[in-house]
Amino acid sequence: MDLYFSKEHEWVKISGTTATVGISDHAAHELGDITFVELPAVGKTVKQFETVAAIESVKAASDIYSPLSGKVTSINETLENAPEVVNESAEEAGWICTIEIADPTEVKNLMSKAEYDEYLKSL
Amino acid sequence: MKLIYEQSVPGRRGVQLPACDVPEATPLPAALCRAEAATLPEMSELDVVRHFTRLSRRNFSVDTNFYPLGSCTMKYNSKGLEAAAGLMAPYHPMIPLLPGGEALAQGCLGMLHGLGTALAEITGMDEVTTQPLAGAHGEMTGMLLVAAYHRAKGNKKKYVIVPDSSHGTNPASAAMVGYEIITIPTAPYGDMDMEAFKAALSSETAAVMMTCPNTLGLFNPHVKEICDLAHGVDALVYYDGANLNAIMGKVRPGDVGFDVIHVNLHKTFGTPHGSGGPGSGPVGVKKALVPFLPSPRIVKKDDGSFAIDRDNPRSIGRTANFFGNFGVMAKAYAYILQQGKEGLIRVSEQAVLNANYIMSRLKAYYDLPYDQTCMHECVFSASRQLQHDVHAIDIAKYLIDQGYHPPTVYFPLIVKEAIMIEPTETESKATMDSFIEVMIEAAKLAETNPEVLKEAPVTMPISRLDETKAAREQKVCCIG
Repeated sequence: MDLYFSKEHEWVKISGTTATVGISDHAAHELGDITFVELPAVGKTVKQFETVAAIESVKAASDIYSPLSGKVTSINETLENAPEVVNESAEEAGWICTIEIADPTEVKNLMSKAEYDEYLKSL
Repeated sequence: MKLIYEQSVPGRRGVQLPACDVPEATPLPAALCRAEAATLPEMSELDVVRHFTRLSRRNFSVDTNFYPLGSCTMKYNSKGLEAAAGLMAPYHPMIPLLPGGEALAQGCLGMLHGLGTALAEITGMDEVTTQPLAGAHGEMTGMLLVAAYHRAKGNKKKYVIVPDSSHGTNPASAAMVGYEIITIPTAPYGDMDMEAFKAALSSETAAVMMTCPNTLGLFNPHVKEICDLAHGVDALVYYDGANLNAIMGKVRPGDVGFDVIHVNLHKTFGTPHGSGGPGSGPVGVKKALVPFLPSPRIVKKDDGSFAIDRDNPRSIGRTANFFGNFGVMAKAYAYILQQGKEGLIRVSEQAVLNANYIMSRLKAYYDLPYDQTCMHECVFSASRQLQHDVHAIDIAKYLIDQGYHPPTVYFPLIVKEAIMIEPTETESKATMDSFIEVMIEAAKLAETNPEVLKEAPVTMPISRLDETKAAREQKVCCIG
């Protein structure tokens, strides 16, 4: 399974034609206690780096940008009543949605885990 | 302190009415009556007076303490303005709407017209509507005007450009009107990244929305170029007037090239606000947008009298009942007349001087991510204190204990652990010095005894609130 990160601190795990999307541990920590996740509608079509969801914390409300283009196929309904799962496990149980990948070549615009860690050091 | 319901004693009354000596009228139909009596507190007049007087003493306001809440311009509002506005209070809002009623409301209509004219002069716009009821309402009105302009010209426009330092209401207002938002990052200098802006600008750009000075308290040196580039693709430029307190009499947005502006009367023009209102957000426009302004409009006739003009076929329509928040406008008009041209210029000069004084005295103790001369507010970061696990919120809570309203924290979003301080022009050097000493004390405590900050506030009726729980479990209910 391939794991990539965006500059806006989203992660995407690719398994075949399906991509699972979430925000990085770093982003979850920076946001502070998350109070609400606005999940997308299943079936919504998104372009790479366009807003797919939104997240609210005690500090701020932020858009979540889709790391890849595609169609939303499922959402993590747990987050509707338990947004804190994103704080507890941003890169596993706190996933946001899955997307049917429209264009696999778009991963060239993303970073590997090692590149992302390096990017975080530069911030 | 007990809730008013907890103080209730069955049968206790403020007023004892004599027994009714006329026959009871026909009772209401049972279907219209409630099943059980309403739960109302039963109290004596004195109990009620003491309860609300006690509550009022717990109120925190600019009348009681320094209130440097960045981006909110919490200046002191002179009581003389309240008295001036009170002169308008006896006039019923329906009077000018009666047949021939305009003649009976010349003072009120003249005030509205005079305020619009003054704001047009201050902002460099051609005409102003006073209808919008608050800043965000003004933004939406402004963006509806932008949309009406493009629709009338047959322009195919899709996008609105905003910098990432903008107030959240900017992209929200544009999205409400139906535009897609393009966000431009901030350059190292604190202004909008010009290369990214040029790349985003296209023939499909409807508008660029800017706050200038921006939420970092910095004036954008490229503002003229941005207006010119936008006009090159027939995009309009929107000026968010939230920070107008920094530039009055120095720069007129209309002269720079802005096409639409909203003004927050409750910030810049000396009217009390907080906790959600009341506000007033008049919108000024250049000539090309005048036909679309909300209707009705107040006009001055050749004979010098004022009239209500409802004949505006291209108007976006009415955006408020009557003529907007009249009381707020009356105070703002009184403020403008009280200050006069020279006074307003000095307001901005003093507001900017005060912010720079605080910035220069605190920058040895707090990180200043954009280190340059600021306008009416300065934005620090608590990143240095974060090394001791002290967050901006801990410093804010400590300030409450010391008798200061905290500055704005965690905004703008582009500054980590932001602390945004706006002293306004109405504070003395002595007040600011006391505040500065407390801020320095907080910075020292972060290193030597961070627990004091993390436990604050300890002098308030209640200790630190669980903000996360309050946001996650939103339960609002009535007791009783």
